[in-house]
Amino acid sequence: MKILVAVKRVVDYAVKVRVKPDRTGVETANVKMSMNPFCEIAVEEALRLREAGAAAEVVAATIGPAQSADTLRTALAMGADRAVHVLHDPDPARPLLPLAVAKILRAVALQEKPGLVILGKQAIDDDCNQTGQMLAGLLQWPQGTFASKVLLDKEKQKATVEREVDGGIETICLKLPAVITTDLRLNQPRYATLPNIMKAKSKVIKKVTPEDLNVDIRSDMEVIEVTEPPKRKAGVILSSVDELLDKLKNEARVL
Amino acid sequence: MAAMVVGVLRRGSGYSSGGFGGTSRLLALSLRRFASTLVVAEHEGGFVKPSSLSALAAAEAVAKDNKISLLLGGSGPALHKAADHAASSHPLVSEVLVADSEALAHPLAEPWAELLCSVQQKGGYSHVIASSTSFGKNLLPRAAALLDVSPVTDVTAVKEPRVFVRPIYAGNALCTVKYTGEDPCMMSIRSTSFSPTNKAMSETKVAPITQVDLSFLSEGKSSWVNLTSQDTERPDLANASVVVTGGRGLKSAENFKLLEQLAEKLGAAVGATRAAVDAGYVPNDLQVGQTGKIVAPELYMAFGVSGAIQHLAGMRDSKVIVAVNKDADAPIFQVADYGLVADLFEVLDELLKIPDKK
Repeated sequence: MKILVAVKRVVDYAVKVRVKPDRTGVETANVKMSMNPFCEIAVEEALRLREAGAAAEVVAATIGPAQSADTLRTALAMGADRAVHVLHDPDPARPLLPLAVAKILRAVALQEKPGLVILGKQAIDDDCNQTGQMLAGLLQWPQGTFASKVLLDKEKQKATVEREVDGGIETICLKLPAVITTDLRLNQPRYATLPNIMKAKSKVIKKVTPEDLNVDIRSDMEVIEVTEPPKRKAGVILSSVDELLDKLKNEARVL
Repeated sequence: MAAMVVGVLRRGSGYSSGGFGGTSRLLALSLRRFASTLVVAEHEGGFVKPSSLSALAAAEAVAKDNKISLLLGGSGPALHKAADHAASSHPLVSEVLVADSEALAHPLAEPWAELLCSVQQKGGYSHVIASSTSFGKNLLPRAAALLDVSPVTDVTAVKEPRVFVRPIYAGNALCTVKYTGEDPCMMSIRSTSFSPTNKAMSETKVAPITQVDLSFLSEGKSSWVNLTSQDTERPDLANASVVVTGGRGLKSAENFKLLEQLAEKLGAAVGATRAAVDAGYVPNDLQVGQTGKIVAPELYMAFGVSGAIQHLAGMRDSKVIVAVNKDADAPIFQVADYGLVADLFEVLDELLKIPDKK
């Protein structure tokens, strides 16, 4: 069985983002970019499933401009076997929406015929939390979102997924092929070692365009403006618990 | 006013012929074109959940005279009790749709998405709204893909019927988007941004309850096994008016008990940072932040929390924030209204000694 993993290049999670003065978006020029943390977890899980003998091949895919190839190289250095790069240079005013990404990934999935597609549960830039669910819907495959544990049964062609839901952990069972999205708790992604980074340079990245895949990219969403969130007014540092209780009771009136 | 128009329409539709009936149908059409919303509701113990009541408030924010249909699914007597509750939950609710099937008894995305599509295709709603709970986030995008439309995640404000505000980059920027696609305009709403309405319902206003025809349901590709829930006596984290949160500074699961004692005293819910969850001090459904729960209580007290971007994303809209931390440079102090630079264990000790008044 083959596992397809979708990865996204985003502004590094530790960067304090700045809104552009013209309010068209967030400053991404000269900002450190990395693989979306949830996507790293997706790659790690696919590799672990391969190492456990549940899968034979791990294929990483991304959609984005030429620089996104770096993100694929990271996935290859972690241990993915090969990669597919769907080249798309987005118009900053019309970023690629999850629906378009899901349609492109469906086309890739129909070519690659994986038994499982693993994605992160959300990208930390748009915070949408949609692509995996949409891909599963388009493929008419079952979905196991927000996974914190995945067990594959090759014989029965089943996946048992523990999901992080409000109020606890839910366990569901999916018939393969299926789509799984990862939560933070699923695993601890490995670091790519230097020899593996060197080896990754000779692994194959296949380049295609949305046109090659016959996917029509349209957008039904317009970004009107991006603004800074309202600033909280400066607080005060108090000297004692008594003072705190007094303030909470008599000034903020929340106790 | 809206209720009056609907009232006239109802009476009007009683006439099978004649000018009045025709006009009312036209009126109904134009009203529908303006805004008719399907709210996908969750229920528990025979009641519509508070997060779904927030979704009703969001539907009202879309249009003052919105005609709301409320969709409830599941099976058994609790479903029908919840439907009765739903029928009188908001003055704008004009219809409650009940989908009663074993296939919908658990929140599996596959049958639920089929249900949502079928109901949308019959009803032709202009908007579909669910709350950004794990249920809503799992279901809505799947249904949207089946309907070939883009949904909007985690809406915090409705500016116009199709213009919304939503946080991006862990709440470090706010994005205003306009939906320009076909009907329906689908969105999940952040329930802490919409207060459930307390509008008094008139005694006579009870929306009709209709059973949904479920013959379209196909054989399931997924099945539900079980749910391990964290039973807790305290208020639900997402809806509590006071939240006390602990971070890595608490040092152990044992020490978290102190926080629980304080929570008990204040009638508060307990939250945690990712660091505290990863260290195994508390279960992960208590995590507050970009990847955990989003809370906006009246009072948020953070003990031993540094204030990472991802954590702030989950609590920055709290009304009053109190931070207790030894490190005076911790970023949490930049958002705190009241800060104590002190050993959290000493502060907790003192707080626990306050005599109970209530």
